[in-house]
Amino acid sequence: MSVRASPTAIVAGAGAIGAIALLWSAPFLWMVVASLRPDSAGSLDIASLMPSWPPSWANFRLAWESADFLLNYWNTLMVVAGTLTVQLVTMSLAGYAFARLRFRGRDLIFYLFLLQLMIVPPVLIVPNLKTVTRLGIYDTLWGVMAPYWASAFGTFLMRQTFLGIPRDFEDAAEIDGCTLLQTLRYVLLPLAKPALIAFGIVSVVAHWNEFLWPLMVIDSPSHRTLTLGLASFVSSGEGDAEWGLIAAGTLIVSLPLFAGFIAFQRQFINSFVMSGIK
Amino acid sequence: MRSSSLAKPMLAAPTRRRLRAFLLLLPSLIFLGAFTYWPVASVAVDSLFGRRLGEKVATFAGLGNYLRLAADPKFTTAVLNNLVYIAATVLPAIVLALGFALLLQRSTRFTATLRALLFFPTIIPLVGAAALWTFLFLPTVGLIDYYIGRLAPLSINWLGNPDTALASIAMVTVWKNAGYYMLFYIAALQAVPQDLIEAALLDGAGGWQRLRHVVLPLLAPTTAFVAVIAVIQAITTVDHVIVMTKGGPDDATNLLLFYIFQTATELHDSGKAAAATVATLVALFAVSTVGIRVLERGGRHVG
Repeated sequence: MSVRASPTAIVAGAGAIGAIALLWSAPFLWMVVASLRPDSAGSLDIASLMPSWPPSWANFRLAWESADFLLNYWNTLMVVAGTLTVQLVTMSLAGYAFARLRFRGRDLIFYLFLLQLMIVPPVLIVPNLKTVTRLGIYDTLWGVMAPYWASAFGTFLMRQTFLGIPRDFEDAAEIDGCTLLQTLRYVLLPLAKPALIAFGIVSVVAHWNEFLWPLMVIDSPSHRTLTLGLASFVSSGEGDAEWGLIAAGTLIVSLPLFAGFIAFQRQFINSFVMSGIK
Repeated sequence: MRSSSLAKPMLAAPTRRRLRAFLLLLPSLIFLGAFTYWPVASVAVDSLFGRRLGEKVATFAGLGNYLRLAADPKFTTAVLNNLVYIAATVLPAIVLALGFALLLQRSTRFTATLRALLFFPTIIPLVGAAALWTFLFLPTVGLIDYYIGRLAPLSINWLGNPDTALASIAMVTVWKNAGYYMLFYIAALQAVPQDLIEAALLDGAGGWQRLRHVVLPLLAPTTAFVAVIAVIQAITTVDHVIVMTKGGPDDATNLLLFYIFQTATELHDSGKAAAATVATLVALFAVSTVGIRVLERGGRHVG
């Protein structure tokens, strides 16, 4: 909707939103400024938002050296990729079944799937930890990924997407002798690419940032993901108030998501709007 | 699917179709079974058993764990804190999200940049946000006291004082989520029929009246939806509590899920942790059910 507004209202609105945006981004501004400040330990002005010149990479070098970020990066990449890959398979298969096949109990099973939107995994950390231990995947990256390998949101998304694709495509493929899996792989999934990308973005962001469940499952420092590495880095640095270092560490951990967001802003935002349709 | 095409000559069509559906659903059902249905059942059973220190086998405790839970002042505190925390995060986040959306509903390059800025906190890890805000909240030298302190000298121990700690945690949550909720309001505002606004204008309705009597009622389903996800979020996310306050000081920021986490990992009281999990599941179930009701009613109201 758009409404003709008086010039005063427009100026007031722009001023308000500008002030809010500045306030909202203050933590980021501080993070960038403080991480680039040369050694400032002991200074009372660590909170200053005025950048120091010339900027110094010392905090980044020190942060990179004092934590095992490279290993943490690798572990997070494994978790994010391993989670998404299996999710894409399970949700495409199930989404197809709900969209195209008619079988007894379909609606009931569909509701059973949707239960997962209500019973979110973080609440189940206690029993799931038991399961993961019993399966022998405690303290492994598999244990971090496994609870997310079925996705009700993804299944729902694929069902809606497949419902919007005319059946003619599949019929043609079937006449050409394609099996169901071939039709799915070579005909339907390419058509569903926007939905797959949207799901991918939401899934990657969620699992890149996940903390509580990896904290429960991972014990050895060598299996720590980025968020675990950052948390232990923060708690070890807090005593000395090495805030420039902590700002640099936080930036190191979030940088890939920042870069992705800045490069694919529209896609990110659309994906997150879509994530709400669940 | 290969296996079902092999089965073709032997099975009747409906059976084949059912088998095919079953095989397609099987991978999802295995993981849903193992990590959604089974844990709910097992935690319900576990909550009825207790294990005393030194005993190998858990003994049936009946409602013992629940009685111990109800008698635990820490649990009562966590429940009350969580209620306060819900009120202190959901309402401000919704009001801010709606305000942002109203101000930024037009699509220009300027508003797109501002929307991106406001949305930015959503994609950073909550652990990272917690690290940043821990500094922001530092007494005297932290960002907040440093800048407010220029107006009047200020030294508030935001996170160290039981009176301000929970509010501080709530502030982080609002900061992180308001931009996300804003997206839903922007999408909803773009769907508001133009003729309704114009009709209100013709009737001489002012800006506030248009908002109050035309726009807000049309946004009711969005508000209900955002409220539900915000409440669920407030019950199921405690990363910042773990990093910033560990539930303290004096249990002032102890929330339900943090209580479960602490009871299970530090106190190793699996029976009580299980009982607390069941209580949380019941709360979540209630929130979702009420939410769906409201959403359905709202949808019908508008449609």
